Amino acid sequence: MPVEKAQEALIPQISMKNLNFYYGKALALKNINLDIYKGHVTAFIGPSGCGKSTLLRTINRMYDLYPGQHAEGQLIVDGKNILDKGVDTIELRAKVGMVFQKPTPFPMSIYDNIAFGVRMHEKLSRNQMDDRVEWALTKAALWTEVKDKLNAPGTGLSGGQQQRLCIARGVAVKPQVLLLDEPTSALDPISTMRIEELIHELKRDFTIAIVTHNMQQAARVSDFTAYMYLGEMVEFGKTDEIFIKPKDKRTEDYITGRMG
Amino acid sequence: MNESLHLSSQFDEDLSRLRSHVLQMGGLVETQVSAAIDAYATGEVASVKTIVETDRKINDLEKAIDDDCAHVIAKRQPAASDLRLVLGISKIVTDLERAGDEAKKIAKGVRRIYEAGHMPAQYGVGIRHLAEAALVMVRQSLDAFARQDAELAGAVIRADNDVDVEFKSIIRQLITHMMEDPRTITVSIDIISIARAIERIGDHAKNVSEQVIFVVEGRDIRHTKELSK
Repeated sequence: MPVEKAQEALIPQISMKNLNFYYGKALALKNINLDIYKGHVTAFIGPSGCGKSTLLRTINRMYDLYPGQHAEGQLIVDGKNILDKGVDTIELRAKVGMVFQKPTPFPMSIYDNIAFGVRMHEKLSRNQMDDRVEWALTKAALWTEVKDKLNAPGTGLSGGQQQRLCIARGVAVKPQVLLLDEPTSALDPISTMRIEELIHELKRDFTIAIVTHNMQQAARVSDFTAYMYLGEMVEFGKTDEIFIKPKDKRTEDYITGRMG
Repeated sequence: MNESLHLSSQFDEDLSRLRSHVLQMGGLVETQVSAAIDAYATGEVASVKTIVETDRKINDLEKAIDDDCAHVIAKRQPAASDLRLVLGISKIVTDLERAGDEAKKIAKGVRRIYEAGHMPAQYGVGIRHLAEAALVMVRQSLDAFARQDAELAGAVIRADNDVDVEFKSIIRQLITHMMEDPRTITVSIDIISIARAIERIGDHAKNVSEQVIFVVEGRDIRHTKELSK
């Protein structure tokens, strides 16, 4: 870890305290205690079914859409426990954006893909909206590729471009946090590298939590890594330390490919 | 050291091949040092040629092992203890190769001395003792590597102090010789370079042991006073 980073104070953007999550009666997250730090990238790794995507989906209450799923404990975002009743999930999701494994562009123009979310939260003039769309697409490193075809359908872009479009859409409402759920697992290596580069750029302005199956990706893009197994947080620490000298044998076995 | 197997048996094979090549190279270095010291004691200058030739094998092994390390990194992207093992090996072979060079230096020095018609045993009394101590360090550092035994590695690091002390005492002794009888200067200088080479072999064994501790525990104790006092 570079010296200047080590000396920087870490401010928790998201704090989880005794967080439990249930699919019906099945306990999927067991007593998670974790801080996700502002302006840093936190990667979640672990075998399939360990709860890492569940954890990510809890942060913006994605699970609300499914009956029978519920969370207990505390999940503090911006000073508020977002698990409380009466939390405005629309407002929450503007604060905590999410990008999924498969690109999910809306069936509309590139421009409207970005403007759609912004219109829900802000009243902008045409000029302001143009600026916002350009800003978001620039942030997502897509502007130069699409600036001449903003009215073309978003679905006509390549997979990697679609994913960057989704990131631009998430960024456009100026969230505090971006949740990335395996954002590159459906992409080719070049697009993957572009997204990783983008993550590096975006963490200056946003706090990022990323779930990935690619351990080298976690090692490359994140500042902190959390290893989860069977719904538990096994180990959380600086990425450099986790990948060179993990403390827990289970983490060691997973990242060295020794787990059957 | 993580003893459980990888999901990829190929990876396990790659790593165990690396390990056994290091031990093979270490074994050669050990033999070289001991042969060089024997030549010093017995005056059998003929073995010097063999030592010089065997050194080439050690050089080749260093290159081959480093190449294997590069391949493992490229193919497997090792992490945690695997990463430390590969990094450690790449450094260990450098030290082993240099220890091999020192053995060669000893052998050549021995040849010079005997061909000039001297009997080194009369001068450097402590040399054999010094060499035995350094040889034990080499052997133990390799054992520590083979067994991933950080404790034994620590013992080697501590032993390096004794070798250093002994080296200095030999130098003092030779200086006295030279002052008393300037005719011994030529042979003394050769013996000093032999003593220096042996002392360096001890240093290399110490470096190997430091890497063993890094591989096993993830602690980098180089350039610290830890363990060595």
